[in-house]
Amino acid sequence: MKVAIIGIGTTEFGENWDKNLRQLAIEAGTKAIIDAGIRGRDLDAVYLGNMSAGRFVGQEHVAALVSGELGLSIPAIRVEGACASGGLALRQGLFSILSDQHDIILVGGAEKMTDLMTDGVTSSLMGAADQEWEAYYGVTFPSLYAMIARRHMFEFGTTREQMAKVAVKNHHNGSLNPIAQFKKEITVDDVLKSTMVSDPLTLFDCSPITDGAAALILCKAELAKKYVDDPIYIVGSGQASDTLALHDRRSLTTLDATVKAAQGAYKQAGITVKDVDLAEVHDCFTIAEIVATEDLGFCKKGEGGKLLDEKETEIGGRIPVNTSGGLKAVGHPVGATGIKQAVEIVLQLRGKADKRQIKDAKIGLTQNVGGSGATAVVHIFSR
Amino acid sequence: MIGIVGYGGYVPTFRIKVEEIAAVWSSNVNSIKNGLNIEEKSVPSIDEDTATISTEAALNALKMAGIDPKDIGAIYIGSESHPYAVKPTSTIVGEAIGCGTEFTAADTEFACKAGTAGIQMVMGLIQGGYIKFGLAIGSDTAQSKPGDALEYTAAAGGAAFIIGKNGIVAEIEGTYSCSSDTPDFWRRDTIEYPSHGGRFTGIPAYFKHTVSATQGLMNKLGFKTSDFDYIVFHMPNGKFPIKAAKMLGFDPKKLEPGFVVSKIGNTYSGSSLLGLAATLDVTKPGQRILITSYGSGAGSDSFSIKITELIEEKRKKVKKIQDYIDNKEYVTYAQYTRLRRGI
Repeated sequence: MKVAIIGIGTTEFGENWDKNLRQLAIEAGTKAIIDAGIRGRDLDAVYLGNMSAGRFVGQEHVAALVSGELGLSIPAIRVEGACASGGLALRQGLFSILSDQHDIILVGGAEKMTDLMTDGVTSSLMGAADQEWEAYYGVTFPSLYAMIARRHMFEFGTTREQMAKVAVKNHHNGSLNPIAQFKKEITVDDVLKSTMVSDPLTLFDCSPITDGAAALILCKAELAKKYVDDPIYIVGSGQASDTLALHDRRSLTTLDATVKAAQGAYKQAGITVKDVDLAEVHDCFTIAEIVATEDLGFCKKGEGGKLLDEKETEIGGRIPVNTSGGLKAVGHPVGATGIKQAVEIVLQLRGKADKRQIKDAKIGLTQNVGGSGATAVVHIFSR
Repeated sequence: MIGIVGYGGYVPTFRIKVEEIAAVWSSNVNSIKNGLNIEEKSVPSIDEDTATISTEAALNALKMAGIDPKDIGAIYIGSESHPYAVKPTSTIVGEAIGCGTEFTAADTEFACKAGTAGIQMVMGLIQGGYIKFGLAIGSDTAQSKPGDALEYTAAAGGAAFIIGKNGIVAEIEGTYSCSSDTPDFWRRDTIEYPSHGGRFTGIPAYFKHTVSATQGLMNKLGFKTSDFDYIVFHMPNGKFPIKAAKMLGFDPKKLEPGFVVSKIGNTYSGSSLLGLAATLDVTKPGQRILITSYGSGAGSDSFSIKITELIEEKRKKVKKIQDYIDNKEYVTYAQYTRLRRGI
């Protein structure tokens, strides 16, 4: 399998109070179109990842909103899979090209979250969890991931300091990324001393509420060089599901959906984990990055904390993770995150990641998770 | 030359400490103190409200002005805690201080800047030749939802300013405003406590308007930051005014004489005006003060004020703001709840 990415675009991520969902999506989409050197009328379809515009801003039907705003009458499809909406939109877009339905498409992700107050955002996000068996009992995402963290600490001796190191690393990377919501470096001590959110997770263990959009232009591999000199190829895609409710799962410390999605993507790409040069993973909470690095096979189960102690996931390390700054520092506009991850990998493989550049990066991976792990989607990218 | 003929303030005696409130909500005292840069706030007694606070402040202003209250032709009282939804506070105060009946009056509301809006309205009437003296007051007994971040700052107090052309202690050299539809903080009618947009109250709200109005005033009058000896900004907490000063290129030390927030909290419509009164209490003739209010919703009024020779004699006649700040009695959270009619 091989599909080319010939254009990328993102808005700044953050509290974009002066921009609405429409403006954010159009900004990212237009940037991607310009980056690819194509025109809007060259597009055959639009796929848009969006989790909850209906609850966040009262707007449904958002894919047609965006294509209409771009002046296009082509098919426009919204894809929803909670915080994995972006990754799923990318996968659906891939399929449309691989099935010869389309030659060139726009795949975007967008979310406008700051129109609601924090409690409204929190309850909207809980739509990604099991309403009847989790939300009704007062559980929120910080508390679900806190349970994962506690269990990880219990089973493997993972420490608060190790979790804090995820935030420190990603804030450092974010400080090098012009689109990041947080560009300030922080220390382990800052994380440990920040306000308690859900024991053991403090404020700085959590990704923020963010407005933002990201977009990619995908085209058939054989057409790519017609438009750009440096296309990046998607060579593997995997997706899997699990129960919505955390308590129904086989394990609290492994996201089986990630493991399966990764296996599928590695197999399709014809690579092993050792071939991966860098990864963008779904660090909605610091513990989530630790679990992800294990589930993707970057280390043995239970050794995700050690990976941080040994600086292996830092820029310049053995397997750099979240060079963009991740969800933690770039921000987490839920539907846009999966596409933003792909944008970072494309930048890295193009050699255009500036101060975050990983030397000679050839193969990159993205892992995008919905809810507490009920959906996982993994993509592998190659130069 | 138009200016301030007399001014006065009032702050209730009761105080509650940040520690006392934080203990009730099991909150981290240090992070609150660091986050808000505030130690304690004033609490109105059970029989104090915007009308009584305004009256106390107006009596001080009148005493300093040394004028016949019947010469006051307009009274505007800005507050977001007028005792009545319908029935003016301004007539209660006018009657209480002996203004007779020949005056126009209205209550104003513009979140925390309704008092400075009143000063501008009075200035217009005086410049138009309609009245001789006018009284503008900013005063509040601010509401806050128990447990909300606002509970640490929402306080009570007010300041009154008599504006006129004769016997001025400080000249108002000019004023400039900036207003926009910015929903950062609001309270609907019949709703007990205000709501706010968290961080949205910062950059797009407080800072945008405070900075724009201040820069607008300086451009209009041709002043630089170095032309002002002291500055006063609205004080929703102890952090925002300092940051605004830095953004504008002022030495934050110029805020110090009027920096009442750390000891009495945010007195809403009274906040920047109490800061101005406290600054006037210590300034010397010839010095210049910049004051920029801020009201959510949102807008800022900026004024350039130059002190005259008369201030030294006239201000001796009344209690200083610092006297009110120093006169205090601490209450527990239970007493506070009773005073706020929670139990």
